[in-house]
Amino acid sequence: MQPQIGRSVPRKEGRDKVTGKATYVDDFSLDGMLYGVTIRTPVARGRIRGITFAPHIRWEEFVIVTAKDIPGHNGVALIDEEQPYLAEHVFHHAEEPVALLAHPDKHLLEEARRAVTVNVEPLPPVLKMEDASRVFKSFLVQKGDVDSVWSGADFVVEGEYSTGAQEQLYIENNGMVAVANANDGVTVWGSMQCPYYVHKALRRLFDLPDHKVRVVQLETGGGFGGKEEYPSMIAGHAALLAWKSGKPVKIMYDRAEDMVATTKRHPSVTRHRTAVSKDGRLLGMEIDFAIDGGAYMTLSPVVLSRGTIHAAGPYYCPNVRVKSRAVATNHPPHGAFRGFGAPQSIFALERHMNRVAEAVGLSPEEFRRRNFIRQGETTATGQTINEEVDLSGLMETAFRRSDYYVKRERFSKTNNETTSKKGIGFAAFMHGAGFTGSGEDYLKSMVGVEATADGRFRVLVSSTEIGQGTNTILCQIAAETLGADYDAVEIAKPDTSSAPNSGPTVASRTCMIVGKLVESAALGLKQMMAQSDARPLRAFSQYTAPPGVRWDDEKYQGDAYGAYGWAVYVAEVTVDMLTWETQVDDFVAVQEVGKVIHPVLAAGQIEGGVAQGIGFALYENVVWRDGRMANNQMTNYIMPTAADLPPIRVYFAETPYAYGPSGAKGIGELPMDGPAPAILNAVEHATGLRVDHAPLTPELLCASS
Amino acid sequence: MRSYVPAYDLIAARNLEHALSMIGDEWKPFAGGTDLMVLYEAGKLPHKKFISIRALPELRGIAVAPDHVTLGALTTYTEVQNHPVLRSEFPLLPRAASETGGIATQNRGTLGGNIVNASPAADTPPTLLVYDADLELISKSGSRWVPYATFHTGYKQMDLRPDELVARIRLPRGRQGWAHYYRKVGTRRAQAISKVCFAGALRKEGGQIVDVRIALGSVAPTVIRCYRTEVALKQEPSVADVTLAQEIAPIDDIRSSAVYRLRVAQNLLAEFQSLLSSS
Amino acid sequence: MRIELNCTVNGVARTTQVYPMARLLDVLREKLRLTGTKEGCGEGECGACSVLIDGALVNSCLLPALQAEGAKITTIEGVAAGEKLHAVQEAFLRYGGAQCGMCTPGMILAAVNLLERTPHPTEAEVRNGLAGNLCRCTGYTKIFEAVVKACES
Repeated sequence: MQPQIGRSVPRKEGRDKVTGKATYVDDFSLDGMLYGVTIRTPVARGRIRGITFAPHIRWEEFVIVTAKDIPGHNGVALIDEEQPYLAEHVFHHAEEPVALLAHPDKHLLEEARRAVTVNVEPLPPVLKMEDASRVFKSFLVQKGDVDSVWSGADFVVEGEYSTGAQEQLYIENNGMVAVANANDGVTVWGSMQCPYYVHKALRRLFDLPDHKVRVVQLETGGGFGGKEEYPSMIAGHAALLAWKSGKPVKIMYDRAEDMVATTKRHPSVTRHRTAVSKDGRLLGMEIDFAIDGGAYMTLSPVVLSRGTIHAAGPYYCPNVRVKSRAVATNHPPHGAFRGFGAPQSIFALERHMNRVAEAVGLSPEEFRRRNFIRQGETTATGQTINEEVDLSGLMETAFRRSDYYVKRERFSKTNNETTSKKGIGFAAFMHGAGFTGSGEDYLKSMVGVEATADGRFRVLVSSTEIGQGTNTILCQIAAETLGADYDAVEIAKPDTSSAPNSGPTVASRTCMIVGKLVESAALGLKQMMAQSDARPLRAFSQYTAPPGVRWDDEKYQGDAYGAYGWAVYVAEVTVDMLTWETQVDDFVAVQEVGKVIHPVLAAGQIEGGVAQGIGFALYENVVWRDGRMANNQMTNYIMPTAADLPPIRVYFAETPYAYGPSGAKGIGELPMDGPAPAILNAVEHATGLRVDHAPLTPELLCASS
Repeated sequence: MRSYVPAYDLIAARNLEHALSMIGDEWKPFAGGTDLMVLYEAGKLPHKKFISIRALPELRGIAVAPDHVTLGALTTYTEVQNHPVLRSEFPLLPRAASETGGIATQNRGTLGGNIVNASPAADTPPTLLVYDADLELISKSGSRWVPYATFHTGYKQMDLRPDELVARIRLPRGRQGWAHYYRKVGTRRAQAISKVCFAGALRKEGGQIVDVRIALGSVAPTVIRCYRTEVALKQEPSVADVTLAQEIAPIDDIRSSAVYRLRVAQNLLAEFQSLLSSS
Repeated sequence: MRIELNCTVNGVARTTQVYPMARLLDVLREKLRLTGTKEGCGEGECGACSVLIDGALVNSCLLPALQAEGAKITTIEGVAAGEKLHAVQEAFLRYGGAQCGMCTPGMILAAVNLLERTPHPTEAEVRNGLAGNLCRCTGYTKIFEAVVKACES
């Protein structure tokens, strides 16, 4: 039996995808189904005075739902339960849902949507982070005594860095189909990352017990975090209309609605103050990290957590203070997006480290070499790095692959002679896989593997395929452990009526945490099969933390993550000084990931993440007007096309992680962290212009020149 | 899809005469649809009755005569890119067509549709201005030729009666020896709306500009010929950028800023001017 | 008022009653139940709705049904020859050209069309040929590789 791990086996659902047979939510219908739409607020903040229904529509044909129709709690159960499904008296952001309509004719529904007016008394909104008065969450991470370092430092370097909102822009918009009544309960089918999050939210919305709510994930056309928490809202809406009408209801967003109303990456402002010795050693780092949570808490505390823990990066520094906060503004709530706080704080860090290097008179790479964390040293949260880590080695590989030294020197010489300036820059970073600290303990993920009656195997998880390869790698891992053929293993559709809760499909945990559980459940099944011929036969495995992991939630100290992926990314750019446009000409991504389970899928994750990172760095600008996204069309929210992206060259190193399946660590979000700082460092090398905001649009670069 | 589909009517013109008898305030022409359908899907197409002229042979085809090349209004961007005489004598036109939308848009979108959509950010119209295009406007009562340079009279306003159709676009030949320059600065490299579009052509004798055409898009309420800048290029080249700044009126909008557009337009002018030093 | 639309879809003559301004995308998905063609943006920007009309690549979200009269239409469902996949589909499977799969039908049609017009495209020609099809998952790298490999076989 050839090994399954490390082999690029065919994607489990690949054939359906390339033939157009895969069933996404908009391909799914039920008899007698109605369509639903959402009526939303016109401004960013105010009181609702009433809703007017224009007389030319035959309203008696429509199902109309408002907050009064909610059987249980009018709040999306997540970390808090304050975000209403339907606003009733006051509202806190533009496009906040107020009412729902359903009708069998989806075109008439649009006429009806136009005929509803939400009458409001506007109140002045808070639109700038610095004007915010409510803090959703704050953290303080301290190591050593940072106050003692300033007076003795040879250099003290300060900087301020900011990032804007970013839209996930999955090609498939959000959608849900629901069937609901008091007798049978609620069932929803749709596009989502986390069936059990939706399950928990619907139970609370309808005040139903576990077994009366069923959530089924359909083929999902991309998530990137944008379908982590938002699906609970749209599922609740579809279910409320189904509950009231007694009929199935589908709500399918179009692009304009999805962009204007759903979550985006949290905008951030980071301030660094760094004390360094004249031989380039970090003495102290003081970091202030703030993110804009928008109008409701949703996941802001967790985004803040990750951004906070990653803020001081892959360096050893004896004295660190990170103060962070997530504040409330009257924007639609910001939420999960690949990287989840780390792209924001790492952007600031890797721009700032170049600035510190410059102050000391060292090259950016030499400065990194002198401060990269090594095995046995501690991070900002006091986590001892127990594994072999060789960031300098990764950096040299990245430099060799990108011809960094030669190009850095050549570009510096030739740039004076042309209006097209070339630059090369890099970023070094790490990304923790799995939930932070005690998060995985809290989740207690459960996984099953079954030997079926017809001699095959099935993996039982609630982890979802959203393009990243869940189906494929979990089957590979099971096959490898069972000694079975990959083709003999299938994966059951994530359906809360039958799937064990393997936790949400987020946090780069599906391969590392869930995959490890699949491995152990498969091992258990193999042992059971040796003793019993009964079929079907099932074995389960539940998460327990690796030994010796210590985390203090109060002080935010200890082992923040079970494993880190380590990386150095290099970007080569050309900046056209006539138009201030930056083109990325070449991109090298080097990362150490434990073990590559599936070479094509793993490279695909890095390439896709880098592409999104390039978008974050240069193109994807959310234009806000009065707290509402004004450029909510694909024409005006600019995502890179095939013609804009460079060859993305991916290289893996492997230092097996003892608690990952075959040694694998999580990699899904890692690639999001490196591109923006690497690119802006390259632009500064090319032009000498220093801009500390992403996206670095041509207009911004022009304004700084 | 935000419009109420059953409320819209689209009929096919049986022939050109039928089309011309129908077009007016009630029935409006529908060609490739790449602009109208976008508005329709956004719920922003108030007009509801359209007559499809897309199949009319009289409005298709590219005719090459000794003094002129005449394009039917229904010529698609794909057809423009593939035509050998356009590529050799009017290279800015196929170049602009290749940068309009993507391949799928280029297969359906038409020059005539682009002209009457009258976006100031359109990519091919500046090249038509540079090439001194004339438009033939036809109606049930006859036809007339107008210089494209005077066709656009204001933002989305044009010298076109409701009962008229753009039928043909005529380009005078005889541009041997001209140097051509086109640059569209968009939001990205493909499938982009322009932030600044610069089309220019010039003829030199003995290192001096003796004839020049400059037209810009996205810097005024319409695409514009910059006549005063053309004069400055011939008479006072060192201050041509100042003249340009006075002649265009860029704005801040959802895609870009007035300051950026102005500086880029001036830089592109300078790049165009540097065509002088190359042969 | 509805009209009768006659066209050939994946080699089969089809007649449907449709509104003349119905989007071809909706006629395909809802009337003909060919749900392989996807809606990603409804504004002709993403290419997820791409089909072939008389051999030309077109965004079906921008085509009114009336203008599809008499057309020969190919959707993703018509790319394979029964159970035998097209070389582009095989290559997408082999080289990781599809991740979430939502852009995939349109991307495959764009690639098939490109190879029909340019049987041995350079990488730059592939980039430009697919520039009207947006993919959010792959960064395009493996899509290009798949297309280049497809024309080698």
